Amino acid sequence: MNFKISKLRMANTRNGLLFVSPFLIGFGIFYLYPFIASFYYSFTSYSLVGESQWIGVLNYKELFIEDDLFTTSLYNTLYYATLFVPLSLVVGLMIALLLNTNIKGKSGLRAIYFLPSIIPLAASGILWVWILNSRYGIINETLRALRLPAPRWFSDPNWSKPGYVIMSVWASGQTMIILLAGLTGVPRQLYEVAELDGANWLHKIVYITLPLLTPAILFILIISVIGSFQMFTQAYIMTDGAPANSTLFYNLYLYRVSFRYFKMGYGCAMAWILFVIVFTLAWSLFKSSARWVYYGREEG
Amino acid sequence: MRNKKISYMIRHGIVYLVVILGAITFLIPLAWMFVTSLKIPAQIHVYPPEWIPNPIAWENYLQILTFFPFFRYLLNTLYITSLNVIGVLVSCSLVAYGITHIQWPGRNVIFTLVISVLIVPYAVTLIPLYLMYHRLGWIGSYKPLWVASFFGVWTFHTFLLRQFFLAIPQELSNAAKIDGCSEFRIYWNIVLPLARPALFAVALFEFLWTWNDFLMPLVYLTNQKMYTLSLGLAFFQGTHDTAVNLLMAASSLVTIPVLILFFFAQRSFIEGITLTGLKG
Repeated sequence: MNFKISKLRMANTRNGLLFVSPFLIGFGIFYLYPFIASFYYSFTSYSLVGESQWIGVLNYKELFIEDDLFTTSLYNTLYYATLFVPLSLVVGLMIALLLNTNIKGKSGLRAIYFLPSIIPLAASGILWVWILNSRYGIINETLRALRLPAPRWFSDPNWSKPGYVIMSVWASGQTMIILLAGLTGVPRQLYEVAELDGANWLHKIVYITLPLLTPAILFILIISVIGSFQMFTQAYIMTDGAPANSTLFYNLYLYRVSFRYFKMGYGCAMAWILFVIVFTLAWSLFKSSARWVYYGREEG
Repeated sequence: MRNKKISYMIRHGIVYLVVILGAITFLIPLAWMFVTSLKIPAQIHVYPPEWIPNPIAWENYLQILTFFPFFRYLLNTLYITSLNVIGVLVSCSLVAYGITHIQWPGRNVIFTLVISVLIVPYAVTLIPLYLMYHRLGWIGSYKPLWVASFFGVWTFHTFLLRQFFLAIPQELSNAAKIDGCSEFRIYWNIVLPLARPALFAVALFEFLWTWNDFLMPLVYLTNQKMYTLSLGLAFFQGTHDTAVNLLMAASSLVTIPVLILFFFAQRSFIEGITLTGLKG
């Protein structure tokens, strides 16, 4: 009997390993090895020709002390993330709440709001350069027609990052979908009970809807923080850092350093700093969740 | 009672108004793209914009096809995209099965790895992988753009499939096992057919991501003839800076295949996102 059980266990382990073996190999080749290698390279000078040369912490020293563009790119990225993450959440939440009422044509409207998020970034990037064009762009023409001040967007270092934020919020439809899915999971009876107690719509949102949405909000915050720190395609296509390096985002600079100047070691050092930042942010969001995320219990 | 009904109707009306105005606002950029792509230069900067161009300049599309090899880029993109879709369907479903329907000690470790690689920024692995492909002589070929997908490394899909596989009762596979069914046959004949909607969602997401990916083709492709649609579009923009109508026609061409796909499969897209978000 015992023999049989252990034989079954052995077979299960063998089968389990077999099934996950593509990922085991893939993890080694495409994550573990490059992860360690880039850490090693970050202490070297390497330009694709010749051998990598060990230079200790010189890359890091140069990044933090001498390289102004590095500081600029970090600042730009933080600026962008700080605006984008809360704004996309609020907009997504508003749309989700509006779509969660009993209106007709819900699935069509949901599709419309989701649609911008699947447009290839190369195409939507080119499109938004023109939508936000300071002279002919449809947004500025409309602002002028309404006698409102028209910012110069991508021609003005103070307005270029907000321009990116607007475009990214437009394309963040999956936030809305995740929240909408969370909303349909809120039991109707809770609202009915609250109504009996005289709660208005705002009470219901603040005391019922939002607490029950917190797990979805945590998930969204983590993925959108990670995503906004890695913004690249739009930046490369739309402004390539201009004007005055105001849209030189972190990964755009990292790309330039690595694949235009071929300073591979320097690029790896930048990548590791990014990793530490993203990891710390994701981890602290996750750790903070015990204080604000509500995980409902079946009983109770 | 009547008052309540009226206030309900007013509120309902406001919700409709806001939702529809919002939807129109979200659609305007795309509408502008298509409309502008059909305009003659003299009409482009007219305000308020004419939403039905007169005359309709279909010839813009013919004209861009002379500088923008759309069909070549389309075939290149389809080639890379289909290999990636096949790769993730095979590898991620195997891994997801291995960590859901087989009881073995390592499965939680594997699951932890599957989740943790999701937060590793691509920049961290980018340079060593580039150097690795460089040593293999793969730079300038398509291999760096698809080989990895066969190793289950795009673990978002593994995660999505795991969520779905967990909902398939274990008793089903246990019963089959007692009947002497091999693990592979359970995977192939029982679990995969039941998981068709999830597999479809995975295929869609992977299709979309490869189709829209820009960085990888930018880094690895050197020959212009091998460019993907997104990369080709960016290259086209760099060379034809001012002709907005042509630029919008090229952008529309790159967008239209995705729109067609979305039109037929939007429910699966949305269900797929829901599946990863809900139990995240």
